[in-house]
Amino acid sequence: MQNFIDAYSWVNLRFLLEGLWVTVEVSVVSIIASFIIGSVLGVLRYVKIKYLSAVVGFVVDIIRNLPLILIIFFTYFGLPHLGFKPGILFATILAMTIFESAMLAEIIRSGILAVDSGQMEGARANGMTYVQALWHIVFPQAIKKTIPTIVSQFISLIKDTSLATIIVLPELLNHAQIIYGQNSAYIIPMFLMIALMYFIICYALSVLSRVLDKRLA
Amino acid sequence: MITILTHYWSELVQGLGYTLLSSLIALIFSTMIGTMFAIFEVLPNRLMRVIGRVYIEIFRNIPLLVIAMFFYVIIPLYVAKIDGFTAGTIGLTIYTSSFIAETVRAGIQSVDPGQMEGARANGMTYWQAMSKIVLPQAFKIVIPPLGNQFINLVKNSSVLAFVAGFDLMYQANSIASLSLDTINSYMVVGGFYLVITLPLSYYMRHLEKQLAK
Repeated sequence: MQNFIDAYSWVNLRFLLEGLWVTVEVSVVSIIASFIIGSVLGVLRYVKIKYLSAVVGFVVDIIRNLPLILIIFFTYFGLPHLGFKPGILFATILAMTIFESAMLAEIIRSGILAVDSGQMEGARANGMTYVQALWHIVFPQAIKKTIPTIVSQFISLIKDTSLATIIVLPELLNHAQIIYGQNSAYIIPMFLMIALMYFIICYALSVLSRVLDKRLA
Repeated sequence: MITILTHYWSELVQGLGYTLLSSLIALIFSTMIGTMFAIFEVLPNRLMRVIGRVYIEIFRNIPLLVIAMFFYVIIPLYVAKIDGFTAGTIGLTIYTSSFIAETVRAGIQSVDPGQMEGARANGMTYWQAMSKIVLPQAFKIVIPPLGNQFINLVKNSSVLAFVAGFDLMYQANSIASLSLDTINSYMVVGGFYLVITLPLSYYMRHLEKQLAK
């Protein structure tokens, strides 16, 4: 018991919260960037522009089927050999955005495919252009349909930020490792605390997605 | 790229072997554990339902790496000496079992309740009806999602690299540092992952389309 009281000293908790803040920062930036890029890629893959859609589809499939850790390594250790040297934070955000954009592109494309084709025809018949119909009528419905899947992808993203501890990004898991590295009696308290922190964020998001899904349906 | 492939062929094949072995072991055990908790969730007993729900929610909402590191650090310290491969595979199994439980539960609930009632009315016990009538039908529905879980497992098994599990990702780093050819090392290892995951993911997409018809 004394271990827990010592482990959860104010200094240690503050250090963990600093790590949590980096986790949140990386997550929020990657979520916003990958949602925008993923939407564009998903739409591009759907609209069947000659060659372009096929190329986008191929690249998306390749990235989706690679482990995220490999992409993190590639952006951090590989890119400098190509003449571009990102910092740890930027390399992480870049890798997360590349990977999650591909995942979201596939989700959004399947959402668009699930929208009744009569929606597009109706919008066109009412004088909208193809792009207008896609943007104002089809795309919002596709997002509505896929909200639970999109949010669970965001939850994976938040959990996956822990992988960046391998390139020593000072996020939550990394800070916990630093603390228990100094005293092995703190190992269990630290793991329990960070597990709780991840759990609260991810569980809250999954509850939110259920509420959103019910409201919009 | 060719030089890396020929030079480090045995390391790459060994890494591929460990990646596949870990993924397969984790798939088998997480399907068993996941099915167990899925059944908990549909039992008439309220306590069992709560236990099932709590297990699933806990392990779905904690990062795989945290779970794997926990076993890697804790078990050797307090329980028994195990290597990184074992610890990583245990973490992989537990993490994946919560996702499989969720999938199988959805499968069970999509089976018409009349199937259970009919089996019971014909004199089967609850467990007989569950194992002989309901579960086989549920598994037919969940095969494509289970296949996608296997693809995730192959990708997720790369956390073994963190715990010295000698998998493909681990080999990628050692080859990169030995050959000093970072870009090509990662590309070759990426190719090894794609050889497993890409055909599987196209096949699963094909299966899903067929089932949707």
